[in-house]
Amino acid sequence: MNRPATKPKRTLRAETITLAHGAGGKAMRDLIADLFVDGFANDTLSQLEDQARFDANALLNAGDRLALTTDSYVVDPLFFPGGDIGKLAVAGTVNDLAVGGAVPRYLTCGMIIEEGMSVADLRRIVASMKATADLAGVQIVTGDTKVVHKGAADKLFINTAGVGVIPKGINIASHQAGPGDAILINGFIGDHGAAIADARGDMGLESHIESDCQPLNDLIQTMLAACPDIHCLRDATRGGVATVLNEFAEASKACIRLDETELPVRPEVRGLSEILGLDPLYLANEGKLVAIVPGDHADAVLTAMRAHPAGEHSAIVGHVAESPAATVILETGFGGERIVDMLVGEQLPRIC
Amino acid sequence: MKDNTSNQQRDAKSDTTSTLRFVDEFRDPTKARALIKEIENLLEQIPQATDRPLQIMEFCGGHTHTIFRYGIEQMLPGRIELVHGPGCPVCVLPMGRVDDCVALAERPDVIFTTFGDAMRVPGSKKSLLQAKADGADIRMVYSPLDALDLARKNPERQVIFFALGFETTMPSTALTVQQAEREGIDNFSLFCNHITTVPTIKAILDSPDMQLDGFLAPGHVSMVVGEAPFRFVAETYDKPIVITGFEPLDILQSLWMLIKQLAEGRCDVENQYSRVVPSGGNPAGLSAIHQVFELREFFEWRGLGSIDHSGVKMRDAYARFDAERKFSVPNLKIADPKSCQCGEVLKGVIRPWECKVFGGACTPETPLGALMVSSEGACAAYYNFGNLPELLAKRQHKQNKGAAA
Repeated sequence: MNRPATKPKRTLRAETITLAHGAGGKAMRDLIADLFVDGFANDTLSQLEDQARFDANALLNAGDRLALTTDSYVVDPLFFPGGDIGKLAVAGTVNDLAVGGAVPRYLTCGMIIEEGMSVADLRRIVASMKATADLAGVQIVTGDTKVVHKGAADKLFINTAGVGVIPKGINIASHQAGPGDAILINGFIGDHGAAIADARGDMGLESHIESDCQPLNDLIQTMLAACPDIHCLRDATRGGVATVLNEFAEASKACIRLDETELPVRPEVRGLSEILGLDPLYLANEGKLVAIVPGDHADAVLTAMRAHPAGEHSAIVGHVAESPAATVILETGFGGERIVDMLVGEQLPRIC
Repeated sequence: MKDNTSNQQRDAKSDTTSTLRFVDEFRDPTKARALIKEIENLLEQIPQATDRPLQIMEFCGGHTHTIFRYGIEQMLPGRIELVHGPGCPVCVLPMGRVDDCVALAERPDVIFTTFGDAMRVPGSKKSLLQAKADGADIRMVYSPLDALDLARKNPERQVIFFALGFETTMPSTALTVQQAEREGIDNFSLFCNHITTVPTIKAILDSPDMQLDGFLAPGHVSMVVGEAPFRFVAETYDKPIVITGFEPLDILQSLWMLIKQLAEGRCDVENQYSRVVPSGGNPAGLSAIHQVFELREFFEWRGLGSIDHSGVKMRDAYARFDAERKFSVPNLKIADPKSCQCGEVLKGVIRPWECKVFGGACTPETPLGALMVSSEGACAAYYNFGNLPELLAKRQHKQNKGAAA
């Protein structure tokens, strides 16, 4: 009888990653086949060619421009409340595509692993990447793995690049903010930055702040359906909401006025910020976007955002004015005003 | 459209804004408006002798931070001008001391520990942040006890804590040294840069071009030292002084108390921050300070020069915990840049943006003077937060220049 000519399934039995897993031999093949190909599970990846191949027509029928982006992820700790480096690596790149109005389609995944990394942890991270990719409707179609000597990397670095398609008629750009426009945010700010500071454990606080890490592409499509003429859109990652708004104000040569009382901040995040002398406006987010839309569409967009799970706590937090140009001004809840500038360096805790 | 938006915003508010007890009560805008009205009423009772505004100095960098963070300055009547004092320990650290820190931190046997905001202070060659990038083992801590813990866990290394701050932070460093002594932890030491408040206020009052009308005294320093050390301001120099808390309403209430003194022609030490500051201070804290530290003959300040008895060093009994005696430090004096006018800004003679180098050669990225160093410094605060026409013009000018380049 003819037995089907399939090879036995390759499994990775090692408990920790060693230099052998990056050396190109059988150990590496086991790692790739068992962890990545099985983990990311899609037909394009399982071809195991040196490049992913896809139908150009299918992409071009979905829009009139391609969007391409890349980002590297180096978070410590690898696992934190509300997410892990894998979820971050998928959601982050998906969001970078989505804020341009693109529908994200394919991702790549490059991993730089420090020898000694636990295989169980790596499996958890791959599973988390797959789950996030499924949620965002994207496929991880090609990848690369390197293992480096102890100390040459901090456990695991991930790079993901992504390709998406921008539908015809969508034109989002940071120079388009104009007087009368409204500024919207899709919920509580600073959660990710606060969660990471808390998870590092330096403070020994008994709070449980979760990262807001999430893909935003579906929310953004909902917003675009409510108002195709979104002027500016960015995800507020490193540098926080303040940095994104400064980028918009500068590119548009406009003045952005924020109302402090409308900024959604969780009590835990406010508390941590009060203790450390940090400003939630500058704390990192991984699932928050800032949108600038024409004033007369603001309500429609806000309603659409609030109806979406990723935008439940959305709020209109300010408006665009003419002058002073290239400036972000915060109207404080106390009744005063101040400039919100870009950060000079890292936000550092204050001494007293 | 505008009305719709604000309705929506009100809806949003109900489920997104959060309140923090013991914080929000001190940030109530209605009370703020009422206090400002009261201040305006009091001002009417003070005859306007010249066209000079009433100049009130908040000594402490924490107050400066609050004033800018909440935009208090523009809320005040035009007759009141706030002068932002030297009470930011990070700002006034002279370059030579930062160089000493870097030299200590770069010793291969050393773990150098510091509060976060001291990392960026420029030395003559580099900051601690740059030294860290160059390979020095520098760790940010939140308390000197964290540094002591590092010493316990790394017995083969020398752990140095960069002690700085006014009397506010002195008790915690003193108690940490005493704890190290009790436990016999010999690989722990302090690089002591603690400074004192009173001699510095005195130096400002003695300066010939001084024009100040009153002081807001530092609340956290007072929590340790009490009210008595400030009496000389009222008694010898005839200036009213109010011990002030750090929330925006604290600042407004203290200004009201101060203006009331001026209106009534009084000069007293008053305590607005009585919920934290007992009139006698903190005896346990004071006793720890006196056991561990003694006054230096003088200490060098960035922007103000050398001030007698304005710093402390470790007593001989604690010499083995003194990094300056345990290791050799270069201890070089580096002069402030000539173009820097920090001293005049500190005394209220000129406003920050009137300085020749403000926003040009001197910015938070490349600070020349003390006041541009930390966000608590007056110049950095104006540069980052100031919403004044003169400033915006200067900022715009710089941006245009940058775009042309």
